[in-house]
Amino acid sequence: MLSDAEAQALWLSLIVATRSVTFSLPLAVLAAWVLARGRFPGKTLFDGFVHLPLVLPPVVVGYLLLLGFGTRGPIGHFLYENFGVRLAFTSAGASLATAVMSFPLMVRAIRLALEAVDRGLEDAARTLGAGALDRFASITLPLMLPGVLAGAVVAFAASLGEFGAVITFASNIPGETQTLPLAIYQAIQTPNGDAMAARLATLSIVIAFAGLLLSEVLARRIRATTAAP
Amino acid sequence: MIEVQVKKTLGAFTLDAAFACGAGVTALFGRSGAGKSTIVKAVAGLVRPDGGRVQVGDTTFFDAARRINVATERRGVGVVFQDGRLFPHMTVRRNLRYGYDRARGEKRVTFEAVTDVLGISSLLERRPVSLSGGERQRVAVGRALLSQPRLLLMDEPLASLDEVRKAELLPYFEKLNTEFRIPILYVSHAIDEVMRLASDVVLIDEGRVVAAGSLADVTSRIDLPPAAESFGSGAILECRVESHDASRGLTNLATALGPVKLALIERPLGSRLSIRIAARDVAIASERPTKISVQNIFDGKVIELRSLPNHIVRLKVAVGGGYLLSEITAEAAARLDLKPGLQVVALVKSVAIGR
Repeated sequence: MLSDAEAQALWLSLIVATRSVTFSLPLAVLAAWVLARGRFPGKTLFDGFVHLPLVLPPVVVGYLLLLGFGTRGPIGHFLYENFGVRLAFTSAGASLATAVMSFPLMVRAIRLALEAVDRGLEDAARTLGAGALDRFASITLPLMLPGVLAGAVVAFAASLGEFGAVITFASNIPGETQTLPLAIYQAIQTPNGDAMAARLATLSIVIAFAGLLLSEVLARRIRATTAAP
Repeated sequence: MIEVQVKKTLGAFTLDAAFACGAGVTALFGRSGAGKSTIVKAVAGLVRPDGGRVQVGDTTFFDAARRINVATERRGVGVVFQDGRLFPHMTVRRNLRYGYDRARGEKRVTFEAVTDVLGISSLLERRPVSLSGGERQRVAVGRALLSQPRLLLMDEPLASLDEVRKAELLPYFEKLNTEFRIPILYVSHAIDEVMRLASDVVLIDEGRVVAAGSLADVTSRIDLPPAAESFGSGAILECRVESHDASRGLTNLATALGPVKLALIERPLGSRLSIRIAARDVAIASERPTKISVQNIFDGKVIELRSLPNHIVRLKVAVGGGYLLSEITAEAAARLDLKPGLQVVALVKSVAIGR
Protein backbone atom coordinates (compact mmCIF):
# COMPACT_ATOMS: atom_id res chain seq x y z
CA MET A 1 0.00 0.00 0.00
CA LEU A 2 2.72 2.45 1.05
CA SER A 3 6.27 2.35 -0.26
CA ASP A 4 9.12 2.20 2.23
CA ALA A 5 9.92 5.88 1.65
CA GLU A 6 6.30 6.86 2.24
CA ALA A 7 6.00 4.77 5.41
CA GLN A 8 9.24 6.30 6.62
CA ALA A 9 7.92 9.85 6.08
CA LEU A 10 4.68 9.00 7.90
CA TRP A 11 6.46 7.39 10.84
CA LEU A 12 8.95 10.25 11.09
CA SER A 13 6.18 12.84 10.99
CA LEU A 14 4.36 11.14 13.86
CA ILE A 15 7.58 10.97 15.93
CA VAL A 16 8.48 14.60 15.23
CA ALA A 17 4.99 15.84 16.08
CA THR A 18 4.64 13.69 19.19
CA ARG A 19 7.98 14.84 20.54
CA SER A 20 7.16 18.43 19.70
CA VAL A 21 3.83 18.35 21.56
CA THR A 22 5.24 16.41 24.52
CA PHE A 23 7.97 18.93 25.20
CA SER A 24 6.03 22.09 24.48
CA LEU A 25 2.85 21.18 26.38
CA PRO A 26 4.15 21.87 29.92
CA LEU A 27 5.73 25.11 28.70
CA ALA A 28 2.49 26.11 26.97
CA VAL A 29 0.52 25.52 30.20
CA LEU A 30 3.04 27.65 32.06
CA ALA A 31 2.89 30.42 29.44
CA ALA A 32 -0.92 30.31 29.43
CA TRP A 33 -0.90 30.58 33.22
CA VAL A 34 1.42 33.57 33.16
CA LEU A 35 -0.65 35.29 30.47
CA ALA A 36 -4.01 34.56 32.11
CA ARG A 37 -3.11 35.15 35.75
CA GLY A 38 0.20 36.99 35.83
CA ARG A 39 0.52 40.69 36.51
CA PHE A 40 3.93 42.07 35.71
CA PRO A 41 5.42 44.87 33.65
CA GLY A 42 6.18 43.76 30.12
CA LYS A 43 3.31 41.29 29.99
CA THR A 44 2.10 42.72 26.67
CA LEU A 45 5.59 42.27 25.28
CA PHE A 46 5.67 38.66 26.48
CA ASP A 47 2.24 38.09 24.95
CA GLY A 48 3.52 39.44 21.63
CA PHE A 49 6.66 37.31 21.79
CA VAL A 50 4.64 34.12 22.36
CA HIS A 51 2.39 34.92 19.41
CA LEU A 52 5.20 35.98 17.09
CA PRO A 53 5.48 32.65 15.18
CA LEU A 54 1.82 33.05 14.25
CA VAL A 55 2.47 36.23 12.27
CA LEU A 56 6.06 35.75 11.08
CA PRO A 57 6.73 33.91 7.80
CA PRO A 58 7.74 30.34 8.80
CA VAL A 59 10.94 30.72 6.79
CA VAL A 60 11.92 33.63 9.02
CA VAL A 61 11.30 31.51 12.12
CA GLY A 62 13.48 28.77 10.65
CA TYR A 63 16.18 31.29 9.84
CA LEU A 64 16.08 32.74 13.37
CA LEU A 65 16.33 29.21 14.76
CA LEU A 66 19.39 28.63 12.61
CA LEU A 67 20.94 31.80 13.98
CA GLY A 68 20.28 30.77 17.56
CA PHE A 69 20.40 26.96 17.52
CA GLY A 70 22.72 26.31 14.55
CA THR A 71 26.10 24.82 15.44
CA ARG A 72 27.61 28.30 15.24
CA GLY A 73 24.68 29.98 17.00
CA PRO A 74 25.15 30.78 20.71
CA ILE A 75 22.64 28.23 22.07
CA GLY A 76 23.41 25.58 19.45
CA HIS A 77 27.14 25.94 20.10
CA PHE A 78 26.64 25.64 23.86
CA LEU A 79 24.48 22.51 23.51
CA TYR A 80 26.97 20.88 21.12
CA GLU A 81 30.04 21.68 23.21
CA ASN A 82 28.56 20.60 26.54
CA PHE A 83 26.08 17.85 25.70
CA GLY A 84 27.02 16.81 22.19
CA VAL A 85 23.52 17.73 21.08
CA ARG A 86 23.07 18.97 17.54
CA LEU A 87 19.69 20.39 16.56
CA ALA A 88 20.17 21.90 13.10
CA PHE A 89 19.54 19.35 10.30
CA THR A 90 18.37 16.64 12.74
CA SER A 91 14.97 15.19 13.55
CA ALA A 92 15.21 16.73 17.04
CA GLY A 93 15.65 20.07 15.26
CA ALA A 94 12.54 19.34 13.18
CA SER A 95 10.66 18.86 16.46
CA LEU A 96 12.02 22.15 17.79
CA ALA A 97 10.93 23.99 14.66
CA THR A 98 7.41 22.53 14.72
CA ALA A 99 7.16 23.18 18.49
CA VAL A 100 8.00 26.85 18.07
CA MET A 101 5.56 27.24 15.20
CA SER A 102 2.65 25.49 16.95
CA PHE A 103 3.31 27.03 20.38
CA PRO A 104 1.00 30.07 20.02
CA LEU A 105 -1.92 27.88 18.92
CA MET A 106 -1.44 25.66 21.93
CA VAL A 107 -1.13 28.57 24.37
CA ARG A 108 -4.27 30.22 23.00
CA ALA A 109 -6.43 27.14 23.49
CA ILE A 110 -5.09 26.50 26.99
CA ARG A 111 -5.38 30.13 28.02
CA LEU A 112 -9.03 30.28 26.99
CA ALA A 113 -9.77 27.17 29.04
CA LEU A 114 -7.87 28.55 32.02
CA GLU A 115 -9.72 31.84 31.91
CA ALA A 116 -13.00 29.95 31.96
CA VAL A 117 -12.13 28.22 35.26
CA ASP A 118 -14.16 29.71 38.14
CA ARG A 119 -11.66 31.22 40.55
CA GLY A 120 -14.25 30.91 43.28
CA LEU A 121 -13.62 27.17 43.19
CA GLU A 122 -9.92 27.77 43.80
CA ASP A 123 -10.79 30.02 46.73
CA ALA A 124 -13.00 27.26 48.09
CA ALA A 125 -10.09 24.83 47.77
CA ARG A 126 -7.89 27.27 49.69
CA THR A 127 -10.32 27.42 52.58
CA LEU A 128 -10.23 23.61 52.60
CA GLY A 129 -6.48 23.61 53.13
CA ALA A 130 -5.09 23.22 49.61
CA GLY A 131 -1.83 25.05 48.82
CA ALA A 132 -1.02 26.58 45.43
CA LEU A 133 0.38 23.49 43.67
CA ASP A 134 -2.24 21.25 45.23
CA ARG A 135 -5.00 23.58 44.01
CA PHE A 136 -3.60 23.60 40.51
CA ALA A 137 -3.33 19.83 40.32
CA SER A 138 -6.65 19.01 41.96
CA ILE A 139 -8.94 21.81 40.75
CA THR A 140 -7.59 24.07 38.00
CA LEU A 141 -5.89 21.50 35.77
CA PRO A 142 -8.77 19.00 35.72
CA LEU A 143 -11.24 21.80 34.95
CA MET A 144 -9.16 23.16 32.07
CA LEU A 145 -8.29 19.72 30.71
CA PRO A 146 -10.58 19.90 27.65
CA GLY A 147 -8.74 23.07 26.61
CA VAL A 148 -5.32 21.51 27.17
CA LEU A 149 -6.41 18.56 25.06
CA ALA A 150 -7.72 20.79 22.31
CA GLY A 151 -4.45 22.73 22.37
CA ALA A 152 -2.42 19.55 22.11
CA VAL A 153 -4.45 18.25 19.16
CA VAL A 154 -4.27 21.55 17.27
CA ALA A 155 -0.53 21.71 17.91
CA PHE A 156 -0.07 18.09 16.82
CA ALA A 157 -1.91 18.76 13.57
CA ALA A 158 0.08 21.95 12.97
CA SER A 159 3.33 20.07 13.71
CA LEU A 160 2.48 17.41 11.14
CA GLY A 161 1.86 20.10 8.57
CA GLU A 162 4.70 22.49 9.31
CA PHE A 163 6.78 23.09 6.22
CA GLY A 164 8.71 26.37 6.05
CA ALA A 165 10.39 26.38 9.45
CA VAL A 166 11.31 22.69 9.24
CA ILE A 167 12.84 22.82 5.78
CA THR A 168 14.82 25.96 6.69
CA PHE A 169 16.14 24.81 10.07
CA ALA A 170 16.27 21.03 9.68
CA SER A 171 16.49 20.67 5.91
CA ASN A 172 14.85 17.92 3.84
CA ILE A 173 16.74 14.73 4.70
CA PRO A 174 14.81 11.49 4.04
CA GLY A 175 14.56 9.40 7.20
CA GLU A 176 15.90 12.21 9.37
CA THR A 177 13.90 15.38 8.80
CA GLN A 178 11.67 14.66 5.84
CA THR A 179 8.19 14.82 7.31
CA LEU A 180 4.98 14.37 5.29
CA PRO A 181 4.69 17.88 3.82
CA LEU A 182 8.36 17.84 2.86
CA ALA A 183 7.95 14.42 1.23
CA ILE A 184 4.88 15.66 -0.63
CA TYR A 185 6.82 18.69 -1.82
CA GLN A 186 9.66 16.51 -3.04
CA ALA A 187 7.28 14.08 -4.75
CA ILE A 188 5.68 16.96 -6.65
CA GLN A 189 9.11 18.16 -7.75
CA THR A 190 10.06 14.67 -8.95
CA PRO A 191 9.00 13.45 -12.46
CA ASN A 192 6.26 10.75 -12.16
CA GLY A 193 5.91 11.57 -8.44
CA ASP A 194 2.25 12.62 -8.76
CA ALA A 195 0.86 9.31 -7.51
CA MET A 196 3.09 9.38 -4.45
CA ALA A 197 2.15 12.99 -3.72
CA ALA A 198 -1.54 12.09 -3.96
CA ARG A 199 -1.15 9.12 -1.62
CA LEU A 200 0.76 11.17 0.96
CA ALA A 201 -1.74 14.03 0.71
CA THR A 202 -4.60 11.60 1.31
CA LEU A 203 -2.70 10.24 4.29
CA SER A 204 -2.33 13.75 5.74
CA ILE A 205 -6.06 14.35 5.41
CA VAL A 206 -6.87 11.03 7.10
CA ILE A 207 -4.50 11.72 10.00
CA ALA A 208 -5.83 15.25 10.52
CA PHE A 209 -9.40 14.03 10.48
CA ALA A 210 -8.67 11.18 12.90
CA GLY A 211 -7.01 13.64 15.26
CA LEU A 212 -10.03 15.91 15.25
CA LEU A 213 -12.41 13.02 15.89
CA LEU A 214 -10.27 11.69 18.70
CA SER A 215 -10.09 15.04 20.46
CA GLU A 216 -13.84 15.49 20.09
CA VAL A 217 -14.49 12.09 21.66
CA LEU A 218 -12.09 12.76 24.54
CA ALA A 219 -13.46 16.25 25.18
CA ARG A 220 -16.99 14.87 25.23
CA ARG A 221 -15.97 12.22 27.73
CA ILE A 222 -14.37 14.82 30.00
CA ARG A 223 -17.38 17.10 29.74
CA ALA A 224 -19.70 14.23 30.56
CA THR A 225 -18.16 13.98 34.01
CA THR A 226 -18.80 17.64 34.84
CA ALA A 227 -21.99 18.47 32.94
CA ALA A 228 -25.57 17.46 33.62
CA PRO A 229 -26.48 13.90 32.60
CA MET B 1 -13.32 33.82 71.53
CA ILE B 2 -13.09 35.36 68.09
CA GLU B 3 -11.97 38.94 67.68
CA VAL B 4 -12.35 40.70 64.39
CA GLN B 5 -11.19 44.17 63.57
CA VAL B 6 -11.10 44.94 59.88
CA LYS B 7 -10.30 48.06 57.95
CA LYS B 8 -10.53 48.02 54.21
CA THR B 9 -11.11 50.63 51.55
CA LEU B 10 -12.62 49.47 48.28
CA GLY B 11 -13.15 52.39 45.96
CA ALA B 12 -15.58 54.77 47.65
CA PHE B 13 -16.60 52.16 50.22
CA THR B 14 -14.85 52.04 53.57
CA LEU B 15 -15.16 49.09 55.90
CA ASP B 16 -14.17 49.71 59.48
CA ALA B 17 -15.71 47.10 61.70
CA ALA B 18 -14.73 45.57 65.02
CA PHE B 19 -16.57 42.95 67.03
CA ALA B 20 -16.02 39.83 69.06
CA CYS B 21 -17.98 36.64 69.16
CA GLY B 22 -18.12 33.49 71.22
CA ALA B 23 -18.61 29.79 70.75
CA GLY B 24 -22.24 29.97 69.66
CA VAL B 25 -23.84 31.17 66.46
CA THR B 26 -23.22 34.84 65.77
CA ALA B 27 -25.21 36.47 63.01
CA LEU B 28 -23.62 39.15 60.92
CA PHE B 29 -26.69 41.06 59.86
CA GLY B 30 -27.03 43.92 57.41
CA ARG B 31 -28.25 45.00 54.03
CA SER B 32 -26.58 43.89 50.81
CA GLY B 33 -23.47 45.95 50.28
CA ALA B 34 -23.06 46.68 54.00
CA GLY B 35 -19.68 44.95 54.01
CA LYS B 36 -20.64 41.60 55.51
CA SER B 37 -19.04 39.50 52.79
CA THR B 38 -15.83 41.50 52.93
CA ILE B 39 -15.62 40.78 56.66
CA VAL B 40 -16.09 37.07 55.98
CA LYS B 41 -13.40 37.13 53.30
CA ALA B 42 -11.03 38.96 55.63
CA VAL B 43 -11.56 36.37 58.36
CA ALA B 44 -10.99 33.56 55.85
CA GLY B 45 -7.93 35.32 54.46
CA LEU B 46 -9.35 35.70 50.95
CA VAL B 47 -9.13 39.48 51.25
CA ARG B 48 -6.23 41.26 52.87
CA PRO B 49 -7.44 44.09 55.11
CA ASP B 50 -5.63 47.44 55.06
CA GLY B 51 -5.46 47.34 58.81
CA GLY B 52 -6.80 45.63 61.91
CA ARG B 53 -6.56 42.24 63.51
CA VAL B 54 -8.21 38.86 63.22
CA GLN B 55 -7.80 36.47 66.11
CA VAL B 56 -9.41 33.09 66.71
CA GLY B 57 -8.75 31.61 70.13
CA ASP B 58 -5.05 32.11 70.82
CA THR B 59 -4.07 32.15 67.15
CA THR B 60 -3.58 35.42 65.34
CA PHE B 61 -4.55 35.12 61.67
CA PHE B 62 -3.94 38.70 60.79
CA ASP B 63 -2.34 41.63 62.54
CA ALA B 64 -1.42 44.65 60.47
CA ALA B 65 0.71 46.12 63.25
CA ARG B 66 2.74 42.93 63.76
CA ARG B 67 2.78 42.10 60.04
CA ILE B 68 1.10 38.76 60.52
CA ASN B 69 -0.98 37.34 57.71
CA VAL B 70 -1.58 33.60 57.82
CA ALA B 71 -2.38 32.07 54.41
CA THR B 72 -6.00 31.00 53.91
CA GLU B 73 -5.05 27.36 53.49
CA ARG B 74 -3.39 27.31 56.91
CA ARG B 75 -6.13 29.13 58.86
CA GLY B 76 -8.45 26.19 59.30
CA VAL B 77 -11.53 28.30 58.77
CA GLY B 78 -14.41 26.57 57.02
CA VAL B 79 -16.43 28.66 54.59
CA VAL B 80 -19.86 27.92 53.16
CA PHE B 81 -20.33 30.18 50.15
CA GLN B 82 -23.64 31.51 48.94
CA ASP B 83 -23.27 29.61 45.67
CA GLY B 84 -21.98 26.38 47.26
CA ARG B 85 -18.90 26.15 45.05
CA LEU B 86 -18.83 22.38 44.95
CA PHE B 87 -16.13 21.01 42.68
CA PRO B 88 -18.01 19.99 39.51
CA HIS B 89 -15.50 17.35 38.45
CA MET B 90 -15.77 15.36 41.66
CA THR B 91 -18.47 13.20 43.19
CA VAL B 92 -20.14 14.33 46.42
CA ARG B 93 -17.92 11.88 48.30
CA ARG B 94 -14.72 13.34 46.86
CA ASN B 95 -15.98 16.86 47.53
CA LEU B 96 -16.59 15.92 51.16
CA ARG B 97 -13.20 14.28 51.48
CA TYR B 98 -11.32 17.19 49.91
CA GLY B 99 -10.87 19.16 53.10
CA TYR B 100 -11.02 16.07 55.33
CA ASP B 101 -7.97 14.49 53.68
CA ARG B 102 -6.02 17.74 53.90
CA ALA B 103 -6.81 18.46 57.56
CA ARG B 104 -3.96 17.96 59.99
CA GLY B 105 -4.21 16.58 63.48
CA GLU B 106 -7.08 14.84 65.19
CA LYS B 107 -10.27 14.45 63.18
CA ARG B 108 -12.99 15.43 65.60
CA VAL B 109 -15.68 15.71 62.96
CA THR B 110 -16.25 12.32 61.39
CA PHE B 111 -17.50 11.50 57.92
CA GLU B 112 -20.36 9.42 59.32
CA ALA B 113 -21.55 12.12 61.72
CA VAL B 114 -21.62 14.77 59.01
CA THR B 115 -23.40 12.72 56.36
CA ASP B 116 -25.84 11.62 59.04
CA VAL B 117 -26.68 15.00 60.53
CA LEU B 118 -26.99 16.64 57.11
CA GLY B 119 -28.87 13.72 55.56
CA ILE B 120 -26.55 13.36 52.58
CA SER B 121 -25.49 9.70 52.90
CA SER B 122 -27.56 8.75 49.86
CA LEU B 123 -25.94 11.40 47.64
CA LEU B 124 -22.32 10.30 47.96
CA GLU B 125 -21.84 8.91 44.45
CA ARG B 126 -23.73 11.74 42.72
CA ARG B 127 -22.17 14.66 40.87
CA PRO B 128 -22.88 18.23 42.02
CA VAL B 129 -24.76 19.06 38.79
CA SER B 130 -27.39 16.47 39.57
CA LEU B 131 -28.13 17.86 43.04
CA SER B 132 -30.94 20.25 43.94
CA GLY B 133 -30.06 23.66 45.36
CA GLY B 134 -30.80 22.53 48.91
CA GLU B 135 -28.80 19.33 48.58
CA ARG B 136 -25.89 21.28 47.16
CA GLN B 137 -25.79 23.62 50.15
CA ARG B 138 -25.98 20.71 52.58
CA VAL B 139 -22.99 19.09 50.87
CA ALA B 140 -21.15 22.43 50.95
CA VAL B 141 -21.77 22.67 54.71
CA GLY B 142 -20.59 19.08 55.14
CA ARG B 143 -17.46 19.70 53.12
CA ALA B 144 -16.57 22.74 55.26
CA LEU B 145 -17.25 20.88 58.52
CA LEU B 146 -15.11 17.92 57.49
CA SER B 147 -12.09 20.16 57.00
CA GLN B 148 -12.06 20.24 60.83
CA PRO B 149 -12.44 24.03 61.06
CA ARG B 150 -11.97 26.01 64.27
CA LEU B 151 -14.57 28.42 62.98
CA LEU B 152 -17.30 28.03 60.40
CA LEU B 153 -18.20 31.00 58.22
CA MET B 154 -21.53 30.81 56.46
CA ASP B 155 -21.94 33.56 53.87
CA GLU B 156 -25.66 33.84 53.10
CA PRO B 157 -25.91 30.10 52.46
CA LEU B 158 -29.66 30.30 51.88
CA ALA B 159 -29.79 33.46 49.77
CA SER B 160 -29.88 31.65 46.44
CA LEU B 161 -32.71 29.32 47.47
CA ASP B 162 -36.48 29.72 47.36
CA GLU B 163 -38.63 29.81 50.50
CA VAL B 164 -39.50 26.11 50.36
CA ARG B 165 -35.85 25.04 50.18
CA LYS B 166 -34.93 27.51 52.93
CA ALA B 167 -37.53 26.03 55.25
CA GLU B 168 -36.18 22.58 54.37
CA LEU B 169 -32.58 23.53 55.23
CA LEU B 170 -33.02 25.55 58.42
CA PRO B 171 -33.62 22.50 60.66
CA TYR B 172 -30.28 21.06 59.50
CA PHE B 173 -28.49 24.33 60.23
CA GLU B 174 -30.06 24.58 63.67
CA LYS B 175 -28.30 21.39 64.72
CA LEU B 176 -24.79 22.31 63.53
CA ASN B 177 -23.53 24.34 66.47
CA THR B 178 -24.70 21.98 69.20
CA GLU B 179 -23.82 18.85 67.23
CA PHE B 180 -20.26 19.73 66.23
CA ARG B 181 -19.35 22.42 68.78
CA ILE B 182 -17.79 24.75 66.23
CA PRO B 183 -18.37 28.50 66.52
CA ILE B 184 -20.37 29.80 63.58
CA LEU B 185 -20.37 33.24 62.03
CA TYR B 186 -23.57 33.39 60.00
CA VAL B 187 -24.00 36.16 57.45
CA SER B 188 -27.54 37.04 56.50
CA HIS B 189 -29.91 39.81 55.62
CA ALA B 190 -33.00 37.76 56.46
CA ILE B 191 -34.35 38.37 59.95
CA ASP B 192 -36.16 35.01 60.12
CA GLU B 193 -32.91 33.06 59.58
CA VAL B 194 -31.15 35.09 62.25
CA MET B 195 -34.02 34.52 64.67
CA ARG B 196 -33.95 30.77 64.13
CA LEU B 197 -30.21 30.24 64.22
CA ALA B 198 -28.29 32.91 66.08
CA SER B 199 -27.65 33.50 69.75
CA ASP B 200 -25.77 36.74 69.14
CA VAL B 201 -25.99 39.34 66.47
CA VAL B 202 -23.71 41.99 65.00
CA LEU B 203 -25.53 44.65 62.99
CA ILE B 204 -23.49 46.07 60.12
CA ASP B 205 -24.33 49.11 58.10
CA GLU B 206 -22.25 50.94 55.55
CA GLY B 207 -19.13 49.17 56.70
CA ARG B 208 -19.61 49.88 60.38
CA VAL B 209 -20.89 47.93 63.37
CA VAL B 210 -24.01 49.73 64.58
CA ALA B 211 -25.03 47.30 67.31
CA ALA B 212 -23.77 44.05 68.77
CA GLY B 213 -24.81 41.73 71.56
CA SER B 214 -27.15 38.87 72.33
CA LEU B 215 -30.11 38.58 69.98
CA ALA B 216 -32.60 39.45 72.72
CA ASP B 217 -30.61 42.51 73.81
CA VAL B 218 -30.11 43.90 70.34
CA THR B 219 -33.71 43.44 69.29
CA SER B 220 -34.94 45.06 72.50
CA ARG B 221 -32.93 48.22 72.00
CA ILE B 222 -35.16 51.07 71.07
CA ASP B 223 -32.27 53.25 69.98
CA LEU B 224 -31.17 51.25 66.96
CA PRO B 225 -29.97 53.71 64.35
CA PRO B 226 -32.24 54.19 61.35
CA ALA B 227 -29.69 52.35 59.25
CA ALA B 228 -30.40 49.16 61.20
CA GLU B 229 -34.14 49.58 60.74
CA SER B 230 -34.39 46.58 58.43
CA PHE B 231 -33.46 44.44 61.42
CA GLY B 232 -36.88 45.30 62.77
CA SER B 233 -37.06 45.85 66.47
CA GLY B 234 -39.17 43.67 68.67
CA ALA B 235 -39.11 41.61 71.82
CA ILE B 236 -37.87 38.05 71.89
CA LEU B 237 -39.44 35.89 74.53
CA GLU B 238 -38.45 32.49 75.84
CA CYS B 239 -41.62 30.46 76.24
CA ARG B 240 -42.95 27.13 77.43
CA VAL B 241 -45.93 25.44 75.85
CA GLU B 242 -48.60 25.32 78.60
CA SER B 243 -51.66 23.97 76.87
CA HIS B 244 -53.33 23.54 73.52
CA ASP B 245 -56.93 24.51 72.96
CA ALA B 246 -57.62 22.61 69.77
CA SER B 247 -61.31 23.46 69.66
CA ARG B 248 -60.57 27.18 69.59
CA GLY B 249 -57.37 26.80 67.61
CA LEU B 250 -55.11 28.39 70.20
CA THR B 251 -51.92 27.49 72.03
CA ASN B 252 -51.19 28.96 75.45
CA LEU B 253 -47.61 29.84 76.29
CA ALA B 254 -46.03 30.75 79.59
CA THR B 255 -43.69 33.72 79.20
CA ALA B 256 -42.06 36.42 81.26
CA LEU B 257 -44.97 38.66 80.29
CA GLY B 258 -47.49 36.15 81.64
CA PRO B 259 -49.69 33.92 79.51
CA VAL B 260 -49.56 34.51 75.77
CA LYS B 261 -52.03 33.08 73.28
CA LEU B 262 -51.10 32.36 69.73
CA ALA B 263 -52.56 30.42 66.81
CA LEU B 264 -52.31 26.68 67.41
CA ILE B 265 -48.82 25.29 66.87
CA GLU B 266 -47.71 21.69 66.79
CA ARG B 267 -45.33 21.50 69.71
CA PRO B 268 -45.49 19.05 72.63
CA LEU B 269 -46.63 20.35 76.00
CA GLY B 270 -43.77 21.66 78.11
CA SER B 271 -41.44 22.22 75.12
CA ARG B 272 -39.52 25.47 74.94
CA LEU B 273 -39.37 27.89 72.07
CA SER B 274 -38.70 31.54 71.47
CA ILE B 275 -41.18 33.89 69.92
CA ARG B 276 -40.72 37.35 68.55
CA ILE B 277 -43.23 40.14 68.97
CA ALA B 278 -42.37 42.87 66.49
CA ALA B 279 -42.70 46.44 67.70
CA ARG B 280 -44.97 47.26 64.77
CA ASP B 281 -47.50 44.66 65.93
CA VAL B 282 -47.96 46.06 69.43
CA ALA B 283 -50.73 48.61 69.98
CA ILE B 284 -51.01 50.80 73.08
CA ALA B 285 -54.16 51.84 74.95
CA SER B 286 -54.57 53.84 78.09
CA GLU B 287 -57.24 51.52 79.49
CA ARG B 288 -58.36 47.94 78.92
CA PRO B 289 -60.61 47.85 75.88
CA THR B 290 -63.69 45.66 75.82
CA LYS B 291 -65.17 43.89 72.82
CA ILE B 292 -61.92 43.62 70.93
CA SER B 293 -60.52 40.78 68.82
CA VAL B 294 -57.03 41.06 70.26
CA GLN B 295 -56.23 38.00 72.40
CA ASN B 296 -53.22 39.25 74.32
CA ILE B 297 -53.79 42.25 76.54
CA PHE B 298 -51.06 43.18 79.01
CA ASP B 299 -50.93 45.79 81.74
CA GLY B 300 -47.59 47.53 81.70
CA LYS B 301 -45.62 50.66 82.36
CA VAL B 302 -43.83 52.85 79.83
CA ILE B 303 -40.10 52.80 80.48
CA GLU B 304 -38.62 54.66 77.58
CA LEU B 305 -39.73 56.57 74.51
CA ARG B 306 -37.86 57.53 71.42
CA SER B 307 -38.83 59.49 68.34
CA LEU B 308 -37.94 57.95 65.02
CA PRO B 309 -37.94 59.61 61.61
CA ASN B 310 -41.24 59.71 59.71
CA HIS B 311 -43.24 60.73 62.80
CA ILE B 312 -43.01 57.39 64.53
CA VAL B 313 -42.45 56.84 68.24
CA ARG B 314 -40.92 53.67 69.60
CA LEU B 315 -41.46 52.79 73.23
CA LYS B 316 -40.44 50.10 75.65
CA VAL B 317 -43.11 48.86 78.01
CA ALA B 318 -42.37 46.77 81.10
CA VAL B 319 -44.84 43.90 81.41
CA GLY B 320 -44.64 41.36 84.25
CA GLY B 321 -41.00 40.23 84.34
CA GLY B 322 -40.32 41.20 80.76
CA TYR B 323 -40.94 43.96 78.26
CA LEU B 324 -42.51 44.71 74.93
CA LEU B 325 -41.51 47.15 72.24
CA SER B 326 -44.12 49.14 70.40
CA GLU B 327 -44.06 51.50 67.48
CA ILE B 328 -46.89 53.95 67.09
CA THR B 329 -47.39 57.26 65.32
CA ALA B 330 -46.22 60.42 67.03
CA GLU B 331 -49.80 61.66 66.86
CA ALA B 332 -51.07 58.65 68.84
CA ALA B 333 -48.32 59.04 71.41
CA ALA B 334 -49.29 62.67 71.89
CA ARG B 335 -53.01 61.84 72.09
CA LEU B 336 -52.39 59.29 74.87
CA ASP B 337 -49.90 61.67 76.49
CA LEU B 338 -47.35 58.85 76.78
CA LYS B 339 -44.38 59.46 79.01
CA PRO B 340 -42.06 57.26 81.09
CA GLY B 341 -43.76 55.88 84.18
CA LEU B 342 -47.25 55.94 82.71
CA GLN B 343 -49.44 52.85 83.19
CA VAL B 344 -50.65 51.58 79.82
CA VAL B 345 -52.18 48.53 78.19
CA ALA B 346 -50.27 46.75 75.42
CA LEU B 347 -52.25 44.80 72.83
CA VAL B 348 -50.81 42.00 70.70
CA LYS B 349 -52.79 40.10 68.08
CA SER B 350 -52.19 36.35 68.27
CA VAL B 351 -51.69 36.00 64.54
CA ALA B 352 -48.93 38.62 64.59
CA ILE B 353 -46.65 36.59 66.84
CA GLY B 354 -43.80 35.14 64.92
CA ARG B 355 -41.60 32.22 65.67
